[in-house]
Amino acid sequence: MSIVQGTTGPWEMVIGLEVHAQVTSEAKLFSGASAAFGGAPNAHVSLVDAAFPGMLPVINGTCVEQAVRTGLGLKAQINLTSVFDRKNYFYADLPSGYQISQYLQPIVGKGEILLDLADGSTRTVGITRLHLEQDAGKSMHDQSPTETYVDLNRSGVALMEIVSEPDMRSGEEAAAYLKKLRAILRYLGTCDGNMEEGSMRADVNLSMRRVGDPKLGTRCEIKNVNSIRFVMQAIEYEAQRQVEILESGGTVHQETRLWDTGKGVTRSMRSKEEAHDYRYFPDPDLLPLKLDPAMVEKIKATLPELPDEKRARFIRDFGLKAYDASVLVAERASADFYEKVAKGRDGKLAANWVTGELFGALNRLGKGIESSPVSAEALGSLIDLIADATISNRIAKDVFEAMIETGKPASAIVEEKGLRQVTDTGAIEAAIDQILAANADKVAEYRSGKDKLFGFFVGQVMKATGGKANPAMLNDLLGKKLKG
Amino acid sequence: MTQLTHLSITEAVTRLAKKEFSAVELTAAHIKAAERGQAETNAFITTTFDLAQEQAKASDARRAAGTVGALDGIPLGMKDLYCTKGVRTTAASRILDNFVPTYESTVSQKLFDAGAVMLGKTNLDEFAMGSSNTTSGYGNVVSPWSGAEPSKAARKLVPGGSSGGSAAAVAGRFAMAATGTDTGGSIRQPASVTGIVGVRPTYGRCSRWGIIAYASSLDQAGPLARTVDDAALMLRTMAGFDPKDSTSVNQPVPDFTTATGQSVKGLRIGIPREYRIDGIPAETNALWDKGAAMLRDAGAEVVEVSLPHAKYALPVYYIIAPAEASSNLARYDGVRFGVRVPGDNLISMYENTRGAGFGKETRRRILIGTYVLSAGYYDAYYLKAQKVRRCIRNDFEEAFKSCDVILTPTAPSTAFAIGEKQDDPIQMYLEDVFTVTLNLAGLPGISVPVGLGANGLPMGLQMIGRAFDEMTLFKAASALEKAAGFTATPPFMG
Repeated sequence: MSIVQGTTGPWEMVIGLEVHAQVTSEAKLFSGASAAFGGAPNAHVSLVDAAFPGMLPVINGTCVEQAVRTGLGLKAQINLTSVFDRKNYFYADLPSGYQISQYLQPIVGKGEILLDLADGSTRTVGITRLHLEQDAGKSMHDQSPTETYVDLNRSGVALMEIVSEPDMRSGEEAAAYLKKLRAILRYLGTCDGNMEEGSMRADVNLSMRRVGDPKLGTRCEIKNVNSIRFVMQAIEYEAQRQVEILESGGTVHQETRLWDTGKGVTRSMRSKEEAHDYRYFPDPDLLPLKLDPAMVEKIKATLPELPDEKRARFIRDFGLKAYDASVLVAERASADFYEKVAKGRDGKLAANWVTGELFGALNRLGKGIESSPVSAEALGSLIDLIADATISNRIAKDVFEAMIETGKPASAIVEEKGLRQVTDTGAIEAAIDQILAANADKVAEYRSGKDKLFGFFVGQVMKATGGKANPAMLNDLLGKKLKG
Repeated sequence: MTQLTHLSITEAVTRLAKKEFSAVELTAAHIKAAERGQAETNAFITTTFDLAQEQAKASDARRAAGTVGALDGIPLGMKDLYCTKGVRTTAASRILDNFVPTYESTVSQKLFDAGAVMLGKTNLDEFAMGSSNTTSGYGNVVSPWSGAEPSKAARKLVPGGSSGGSAAAVAGRFAMAATGTDTGGSIRQPASVTGIVGVRPTYGRCSRWGIIAYASSLDQAGPLARTVDDAALMLRTMAGFDPKDSTSVNQPVPDFTTATGQSVKGLRIGIPREYRIDGIPAETNALWDKGAAMLRDAGAEVVEVSLPHAKYALPVYYIIAPAEASSNLARYDGVRFGVRVPGDNLISMYENTRGAGFGKETRRRILIGTYVLSAGYYDAYYLKAQKVRRCIRNDFEEAFKSCDVILTPTAPSTAFAIGEKQDDPIQMYLEDVFTVTLNLAGLPGISVPVGLGANGLPMGLQMIGRAFDEMTLFKAASALEKAAGFTATPPFMG
C-alpha cells in the first residue's frame, strides 16, 4: 500500500521514525533513583531529578552499556567519544529547565534494521543514530480544577532515541520496522518494548512525493504515537491529508502534529515558526563520555543471537519456511520454546504445532508463551507419540486440548482415555469387514468406478474404531479389501 | 578577649591545643565581633550564632576526648552559595528567600568534619554575579575599610565581589576565614580590595556538589583567609575528589601547608607583557613591579612571558558565563522550591516569579546568556568564545614552559565606593580583567595583600599556577607575603 492514488496521479510516502525506548536499568540516567514504572507520584525522585540547587548529574554506567549493546545489535557504529548537551526549555515537569540529551555527538552512529515483510520479502532500513537522553516528568491536569500537579517519577529516566533514515514507504513497513526494532531491543534486554506503559514511543516523520520524483517533499512530524496500530492509522490519515493539500495546489507546512486517538486524525501542535529554540550547548556538568574499546568488545562478545541470525538458522537447520521462521523468532521466548520442542524431533512438525495449536490456544487463553500451560517438554512428548505411531495426528489434537485443560502429560491422557492407536491388523480388518458388509451397495458403486467413496469407507471405519485405527494401515488394508 | 579575633588560624589551632582558651571562648569572641560587624558591614545574610555555640561546645568535647580535626573550633563564615543542611541558603537571591536545604554541600561537610564552626552564611552578589556585592538581594556589604582622604573617609566602600561578605568578615576580624567561590575572580578580587588572601584552586580540585551553580565550567570553591598559611590549611580541608561531581578530579591532595615558607630560589616568575593595560592606575603597575622585585630579591628569577589571547578573556568570559548561567538558573521557576508568585497560567507564573525573584544583574546575565545561545547567534558568540577559550588555555601552556608561576595585579585598583560603576556594567565587568583569564583555563590563582594605594586602601597581587600545582603557588605566595609584610588593618574591626 505504498502508493496513494490521488486524483492527479500516484503519490509515494516517505517515512522516517524516531523511537524513544526506555533503557532497561534499575536506576535513572544521572541519579540513583529507581527507574521502575508506576509507584505513588513522586516516590522515585532524587534531589538531582527534582533539580535542587547545587545538584549535579553523574552518568549511570549501566545505561551507557545498554546503549552500546543496542548499537551493536543494530550493527551500528559505536562512537568512543560522545557529548551530552542541554536542551533548554521551560515546562513544569522539566525541573532543571533543560533536558540532558546528545545533540551533535551521539553515542551510536549509523546502523541498519532488516524488515521482514508479510510477503516473505525483506527490506533494509537505515538507522541514522542512537543517543541517550533523560525523560521528563508528567504533568497531571486532572487532579484539581484549578491547578496542575507534577509527578517526577519519570523525570531523569534513561531513554534511547533511535532515529531511522527516511527509508520506509508504507504504514506496513513502519509497523514492520517497529516490530523488528522492538524484537531486537527485547532480545538484547535493553528495553522491554512495552508501548502501553510508554517504554517505547514513536514520532513519525512523513512527507509525500510524486512517484518517481527523487526530491523529498515537506514533512510533518507526528509526536508520541504509542502503539503500532496507531502508527499505521496516523500514517494513513496523514498521507491522505498531505495528498489532498498538494493536489489542491496547496503547500504542506513543516510542523509538529499530534495523533488524536479518539477522532482518528492528526492535529497541528506547533508550526516551524513556533518551534522552540532549544539553545543546545554542551552540558558543563558532564565531561565528554569516553568509552573504553575493551568494554565495547566485551559487550560485543556477549551479544545474544539476534532475530535475523536466529531466523536464518531455523530455516537452515530445521527446514522452516521463511514466514514460519519469522513468526517464531519475533519473540525470544517463542524461539527458545520452539527450539526446545524441535530439538531431536522433526523441525517442521514442531513448528506446525507451536505456531498452530499452541499459539492458537494461548491466544484463546490470552496468555503469553512464558505462562503456557503446556511446557516445551510436554509438547515434545506429544509429538513423540505421533512420531512413534502411538497416536494419529488427529487424535493428537484432542490430546493437546486435554493437556491445555488439565496440564497432564500426553502419555497419561492417551492411557486414561484409551486413545492408543490400533495397529493390530486383525482388529482393523475386522472393522473393515463389518463396514463393507453393512454397506454392500456402496461397495458395488465403488467397484463400478466411484473412487471418491474411499474416503467414506475410511471415515466409517475410523468412526467404528473411535478414531484410533492407524491411518496408514487402514488405507492399505481397505484398498486391498475393496479391490476384492 | 578581643585579641582572640586577631589570631591567625595557625596560631589559634596551636593555642587551642595548649588549652590556652576553649573553642567556646574563641567562638564567643567572634560572635561578639560578628554582631558588631554585621551592624557595620552587613556581611551575613543569615547568622547562625546558636549553631556556632553548639559546634564550639562539641569541639571542646572532642578536644577533651582527644579526637580533634584540622580546623577544630575555628569560627568561619560560609558563603551563602553553599547549601547547608537545615540552614537557609539564598545565593543572595530573593527567589530562594525561603529555601532551606535538606542536604550539606560536600565542601562545607568537609569543613564540619574537620571541626569547623559556622558563624553564618555570608553575603554575596546575587548568584555570585558581580564584583562589588551590590547586586545582593539582601543589601550591600560595606567594606570594613574606608578611604584615608578626609573628604572621602565617610564614603562607604565595596568589599569587592562576589564573595564580598566573606571578605568583609575575614578582613573585619569577625571570622577567622571564610569560604568563597570564584567564577571570574570572586575570591581574588574581594581579597585584594580588603587586604586579605584569597585562593581559587584548580578547576576540579574542590567538589561543586551542593554549591549553587553560576557558571559550571568556571565555578570553583576556595578560601579567604588572612594569611597564606591559613588559606593553605583551609584549602587542604576543602579539596578532594567527589564522585558526586563528574568534573571533580581524582588527584591526591597534598598538604599545602608544607609548601609555605620554602625558598623560592630559582623559581621562575612569569610577567605577562599583555597585562600592561591602558587605563590601569600607575600605582597598580608600580605595585606589580615592586612585587616582582620582592620575589627577585628572595631568589626567584623574573622572566617575561606572553599571553597573546588574554585581551579576549573578558569578552569570552561574558559570553560563556552568562550562557551557562541562563541554563543553570532555569530551575528557579517557582514550581518545586523557593518563592512562587502566582499567575493566571504557567507562563505568567514563571514571569511573575522570576521577575520578582531575580535582581537586575541576574536578569541581565540571563538575557545575555539566552541571546548568545540562540539559533543564529550560537556560532558567532558561544562557539567562537569556546574556541578563544581554547587559545587562552594554550597560551598558558606555552607560558608555563618558561616559568613556574605568573605574577599579575589582582584588581585594576583599590576598592571603589558603593554606587560607583553602578550605571555602567562594562566598567563593573572590567574589575575582572586580570582574574577571569585563569578561570577560562581552569588554573589555580591566589591573591596576596602587598601594599596600600595612595588612598590608604589595600592592593593585592595575583599569582597563577599550573593545573594542580597549588604547592608551587603557595610557596611563591608565601614568599611574597613575607617580603611584602602587609600588616595594615581596616579602621573597622569587629
